[in-house]
Amino acid sequence: MWPQVTQALRLVPEQASTVAGQVDALFLFLVAITVFFTGLIFLLVVVFALKYRRRSDDERPKAIHGSLVLEAFWTVVPLGIALAIFVWGTYLYYVISRPPAAAMEIYVVGKQWMWKLQHPTGQREINELHVPVNRPVRLTMTSEDVIHSFYVPAFRIKADVVPGKYTSTWFEATKTGEYHLFCAEYCGTSHAVMGGRIVVMEPAEYERWLTGGASAESLPAAGEALFARLACNTCHKSDGSGRGPSLVGKFGKTERLASGETVVVDESYVRESILNPQAKITTGYPPIMPTFKGLVTEDQLLQLIAYIKSLKMDGQAKP
Amino acid sequence: MSDAPHEPRQHYLNCDYSVRSWLLTTDHKRIGILYLVSISAFFVLGGVMAGLLRLELLTPHGDLVQAETYNKFFTMHGITMIFFFLIPSIPAVLGNFLVPIMIGARDLAFPKINLLSWYVYTLGAAFTVVAMVTGGVDTGWTFYTPYSSTYANTNVILTALGVFITGFSSILTGLNFVVTIHKMRAPGLTWFRLPLFIWAHYATALIMLLGTPVVAITILLVALERGLGIGIFDPAIGGDPVLFQHLFWFYSHPAVYIMILPSMGVMSELVACFSRKRVFGYAFVAGSSMAIAVLGFLVWGHHMFVSSQSMYAGIIFSLLSFLVAIPSAVKVFNWTATMYKGSISLQTPMLYAFGFVGLFTIGGLTGLFLATLAVDVHVHDTYFVVAHFHYIMVGGAIMGFLGGLHFWWPKITGRMYPDAWGRLAAVILFVGFNMTFFPQFVLGFLGMPRRYHVYPPEFQMLNVLSTAGAVILGLGYVLPALYLAWSIFKGKPAGDNPWGATGLEWHTPSPPPTFNFEQTPVVREEAYAYDSQLEGHRV
Amino acid sequence: MSEHSAQVAHQFDDATQQYEASTLGMWAFLITEIMFFGGLFAGFFVYILGHAAAFAEGSRHLDLALGTVNTLVLLGSSLTMALAVRGAQRGDRRGQVLFLVLTIILGVAFLGIKGLEYAHKFEQHLVPGPLFRMEGPHAQSAQLFFSFYFAMTGVHALHMIVGVGLLAWLLVNALRGRYSAEYFTPVEVSGLYWHFVDVVWIFLFPTLYLVARHV
Repeated sequence: MWPQVTQALRLVPEQASTVAGQVDALFLFLVAITVFFTGLIFLLVVVFALKYRRRSDDERPKAIHGSLVLEAFWTVVPLGIALAIFVWGTYLYYVISRPPAAAMEIYVVGKQWMWKLQHPTGQREINELHVPVNRPVRLTMTSEDVIHSFYVPAFRIKADVVPGKYTSTWFEATKTGEYHLFCAEYCGTSHAVMGGRIVVMEPAEYERWLTGGASAESLPAAGEALFARLACNTCHKSDGSGRGPSLVGKFGKTERLASGETVVVDESYVRESILNPQAKITTGYPPIMPTFKGLVTEDQLLQLIAYIKSLKMDGQAKP
Repeated sequence: MSDAPHEPRQHYLNCDYSVRSWLLTTDHKRIGILYLVSISAFFVLGGVMAGLLRLELLTPHGDLVQAETYNKFFTMHGITMIFFFLIPSIPAVLGNFLVPIMIGARDLAFPKINLLSWYVYTLGAAFTVVAMVTGGVDTGWTFYTPYSSTYANTNVILTALGVFITGFSSILTGLNFVVTIHKMRAPGLTWFRLPLFIWAHYATALIMLLGTPVVAITILLVALERGLGIGIFDPAIGGDPVLFQHLFWFYSHPAVYIMILPSMGVMSELVACFSRKRVFGYAFVAGSSMAIAVLGFLVWGHHMFVSSQSMYAGIIFSLLSFLVAIPSAVKVFNWTATMYKGSISLQTPMLYAFGFVGLFTIGGLTGLFLATLAVDVHVHDTYFVVAHFHYIMVGGAIMGFLGGLHFWWPKITGRMYPDAWGRLAAVILFVGFNMTFFPQFVLGFLGMPRRYHVYPPEFQMLNVLSTAGAVILGLGYVLPALYLAWSIFKGKPAGDNPWGATGLEWHTPSPPPTFNFEQTPVVREEAYAYDSQLEGHRV
Repeated sequence: MSEHSAQVAHQFDDATQQYEASTLGMWAFLITEIMFFGGLFAGFFVYILGHAAAFAEGSRHLDLALGTVNTLVLLGSSLTMALAVRGAQRGDRRGQVLFLVLTIILGVAFLGIKGLEYAHKFEQHLVPGPLFRMEGPHAQSAQLFFSFYFAMTGVHALHMIVGVGLLAWLLVNALRGRYSAEYFTPVEVSGLYWHFVDVVWIFLFPTLYLVARHV
């Protein structure tokens, strides 16, 4: 009932994700604490100001130096409340930060002043994202220029989008409808209009939307084509006979580097290896890979990553 | 008494009226007044910027100014208010004036460095004003890279240099306070007999010394990156734009404590005087200032929860941020307890004190919302944050500054202002303030991001409410400017101690002589010894 | 024999209070300098973690010989500075002047050698910015190393220049016989500053010239 009341009074945005209600509950608790303590102090100040108002100029109230008991009380009790809020908030934050395993991947590139979104099946969107309801969606994001921030109030999620690295967040929408997408990190002149909408649809409708429009190449397929066009496959042969390592089944594994350290082969490592190949070379291979900096865009990097992700042990690319 | 014509008493104001004597003064009291004039001018400038912002936000569309102009306005509003008004305000005006007198000294330890700090402030201000009038800067006061270092097309370097230079003014003031408080206390004035105003300024000075140099070097690096094309925060050569945020917030979080601690010091003085009682839990209030100074350096990452900072770092910063709230809560409880069984008088300074308590409590508690990781993800970079820090900075710091100004005005000028007007202004400010900023909490939770000059139409009603409040707030600020100025010429002459307060500053004439005391005072009792004030002691 | 008794500024009760306040003031200022350089060191150490090989490569391009000579020069200047302070404390005018002059010479020598190093870097196209060029696979990130090298040694050199200026002013006053056992505070306080600038170099040298090479 309470969500309806607060939404009717438009004090909170729509609750359209699995975490929204939980965030609002924590928020409400914080509001209650604030109202309580503000009210308490206000009451005490008003009562004391009236009850002990100065009646004559000669008044000299007795000194009260303090009370160790009171100091302990009003230190420990607020500390206890603070720690309770901390634990609750941290737990919820942990949930917000950890996408479920089977989440649908969407790739996001922010740039001044628009959002470019790619579905794994190839559909590209600008400033809009269509997703099915009740399905976890994981966003892997980067920026082409300055720091932006991907913010959907109705889902209670936000994550900065940083040039030179990948950041990610996730959500599971629980209500169909359209919701604001805002850029929430000041990024220059048109920061305020760098927004759009998230369109949450019933699954069937989403499938129809996917197949509608011009047929697009899936991300892994586009990546495979690029892999060949840029001649990556001449060194990174899938049977390991080339001058570079085979990339089959490599994504997600831990690799040992020439320097002795280990690294997990994730999106960031793949991106770095394409743009700055000498930075982290796998042990046993010569440092001869040329850099592709300036030769691939952020979108193309995401296609290559999607392709490499799809290379399972049987050597076949998955769509 | 002889029949000789009565010679007007010589004091620090009338000893020399020449402009040269003011511009080359080393008298801490005059330097305080120089700062008062400077920061007031910048308050007006920053306030005008704010007015323009609120005017634009009356409608969802960008109909008053272009986007880039709006972006320059909010940047300049932030830079002006933070670096040229709030950070100097209480320390450079009231601190400079009162610290030596409150500890029974003739001046600060380094009077020439004190004057230098004002000139350094003025030089930095000049750079910044030139930057503003020759095109402005649109990076936000936070100068995030790589926008500020590579992409912005505005006067970033000039502004960065202005802020860099002004930082040294802060460092010099802090240095002076630390040495003065350590080495120049009057005989008998031990640490635990010091007024809490002094403790607050000591803690503030420590933060000024330790924090300011870090933002100085950070902003210098941004200027170098921009001017010489060297890449430090440039991802293309492996630089990390988020490193800028760490370095920037390492100072800028403690900076907010520079802005609030002096106000808290004022609060202790006001509550004690207008309750005519010792501050309850003196040692705890003193200790809490030091605790805030220390803990304040450990929480900077709470500005970066969604910045791609690691989740584990976020958890640690969140915990520490909750801890830093506790000493502030302790102060509020102790001030309230001071009023218990006191003798409460509701003159203007006390009304400002009440305003502070209410607004700082709300502002501080909304800080807990931001320290809570899961909630901050939603409200970070929205109007919720804007409302939170204005509650503390305006509702807290500025109320404290005005309260202090009204309390010590008779000491500084030798004149009283009309208390009825003072109380009216305080009430108008309180009402106007809440009307301006409370709707912004709601706007923020509804999802309106900050630094937006256009917004979805459903946010309009709350924005209109906020702008209406801003008009009332502005009017509220005009009133003290008028009656305080009036009082300099026409106000009733104040005696040495119009409030019947304790404290060494009230045991010397109003206005004080140039060297503060005829004879160095000797201190024999604790601060706020109201209960042992002799009958008829009040002049 | 001192020319005149110590002058106590009006805000101080006595010469002792003035002396204590002045030295505390300089220590407080030096702490701000630690924070100032600290920001640069913090940034450097954050980057070396992620770019170890590139930073090692960059460090190898620094002139270890010149850096070592400079370290010895600066250490020597701290010795002569300490002797100058001692001269002031004993009212030994000849000693003060001699050692102040020696310190200034060593300080200028340091700056000269630094200038030489900078000139070499310029010739080798190792100054960050549009003209930067370096062979090898780590060129991209090594530029970061050189940005820090120039920022850190440049800021240090600025502090040295200020220090030499301070020493020149002290020299003028020493020649006039201003310092004696009753009043040597400016010399002592400038000595503190000079030693601090030396200590910063003691951290800078291994960080830039040695540590980075051996990661």
